[in-house]
Amino acid sequence: MNTAANTVPLRPVRAPSEKYLAYLRRDRARRRNIRIAQALLLVLFLCAWEILPRMHVLNPLLTSYPSALWPTFVELWKNGNLAHHIATTVSATVVGFCLSMAIGIVVAAALWWSDFLYKVLDPFLVVANAMPKIAFVPIFYLWLGSDYAVYGMAVAIAVFVTIMVVYAGFRGIDLNKVKLAHTFGASRWQVLTKVVLPGSVPTLIAAVKMNIGLALVGVIVGEFQSADSGLGFLIMNGSQVFKLNIVMTAIAVLALISSLMYLAIYRIEAAVARRYG
Amino acid sequence: MMGAAVHSLKPAAAPAKVELREVCLSYFTPEGETEALSNVSFSLAPGEFVSLIGQSGCGKSTLLSLIAGLIPPTSGAVMIDGQPVVKPNPRIGYMLQQDYLFEWRTILDNVMLGAEIQGRRDARSEARAVHLLEKCGLGAFLSHTPRQLSGGMRQRAALARTLVTEPDVILLDEPFSALDSQTRLAISDEVVDILRREGKTVVLVTHDIGEAIAMTDRVIVPAGSRASTASITKGRPAPRRSRPVPARSSTPISRSSGTSWTYTWRAEP
Repeated sequence: MNTAANTVPLRPVRAPSEKYLAYLRRDRARRRNIRIAQALLLVLFLCAWEILPRMHVLNPLLTSYPSALWPTFVELWKNGNLAHHIATTVSATVVGFCLSMAIGIVVAAALWWSDFLYKVLDPFLVVANAMPKIAFVPIFYLWLGSDYAVYGMAVAIAVFVTIMVVYAGFRGIDLNKVKLAHTFGASRWQVLTKVVLPGSVPTLIAAVKMNIGLALVGVIVGEFQSADSGLGFLIMNGSQVFKLNIVMTAIAVLALISSLMYLAIYRIEAAVARRYG
Repeated sequence: MMGAAVHSLKPAAAPAKVELREVCLSYFTPEGETEALSNVSFSLAPGEFVSLIGQSGCGKSTLLSLIAGLIPPTSGAVMIDGQPVVKPNPRIGYMLQQDYLFEWRTILDNVMLGAEIQGRRDARSEARAVHLLEKCGLGAFLSHTPRQLSGGMRQRAALARTLVTEPDVILLDEPFSALDSQTRLAISDEVVDILRREGKTVVLVTHDIGEAIAMTDRVIVPAGSRASTASITKGRPAPRRSRPVPARSSTPISRSSGTSWTYTWRAEP
């Protein structure tokens, strides 16, 4: 625990010195440059994607290009139920994410509760996590039907690694904090709710980060096979009829969804980091 | 107040606040059996302030965990007010080596942890917490987070957290070892002051002889030098009674000069 770094809290601050202001300016400039570089990278990529196929360096049939996507996007939005496809994928991802997060936390808590259970289940979890879940798509289709197979896939892909990450976080809690709770006579449940769970928030955030991406992977893979709507269906369908514009548009929309998810998590993480450091 | 004198000569005169009777403790692992303590016996009078000193690994902290009821003795008994200790007891407050304040709670909420766990979080305990924090000089930091406090302040908050459940026996496990020496001197005086004023029975574990002599009425040291590991050690019973070494200490005139040396705690095999 880093206590020495902060030995004089709350000292009144004088007017900032010239050197400090220069430091702030440098810091701001640096952050601005990072943003500019990121934007440039994106623009460069889009330009290359636009120009290379048009110059026939790349085969435009295989890669399409950004300016061709926009009409496809508008067309799909108007006549192809794109909004419906997006809503299907996003809602399935959210449901799959919530389910695997909830299952992951409950199972991890159970494993934390009973070391016996952990010892018994550990090899099975490792094997289950290592299994290529995509192999189960046809089985989920049979078991759960076309509506629910997508959720099954999202949970199957995300849940095992969530369990392992969250459990590792629970185990990583400083045992002296647990001992402290025990000195006050805390029950196991109190240790879980007052020490282990709140102390694991940074781990839970890490699990959320990983989980949401995996849930999206599961949904798309599930939609390839079983769904009649969703972006995964659009991608599969588009490639089967060799309309790369549709495939690329769906992928671009997925990239957009991923960016929004990234932003949301970034916000949550920043809010949490303020308290947990 | 009755001091060490009562204890060292006439243990029956006052009911012991804390009593250890031939306590043994062994740890069992697949690799073998480790004897951490054998035949430890001593008792503390109410309001007495004693220290346990000894090298690291001699079982000092283990003794505190036994008194706190966190681990049961393998044999023997630990008694508080004549009652055997079987589980953590609200009458005992245990202050660990570091503050272990929870970074997700404010200082006040941290101090309320014990009351909360014991289901006694109410206006009264909250008022007591605020009062204690004010006494520890932290009245202006109730809604700060632990990160905003210095090491010494955090340790004082940990003391308030220990006291808020109103224990009569306080166990201090090298509570100042994480602090730098300057802060340590200032804080330890303060802590001793607060504990004396509250009339607590205190057991201080330390490896600092100076600190032990300066702060406490009586010093208990282990009779054997090191905790014996390896397989079973056949301990013969410890010499039951303490052996006051410096003559002056058997009847201390006042607290400040009255550190008595008690060679007991564990027998040589």
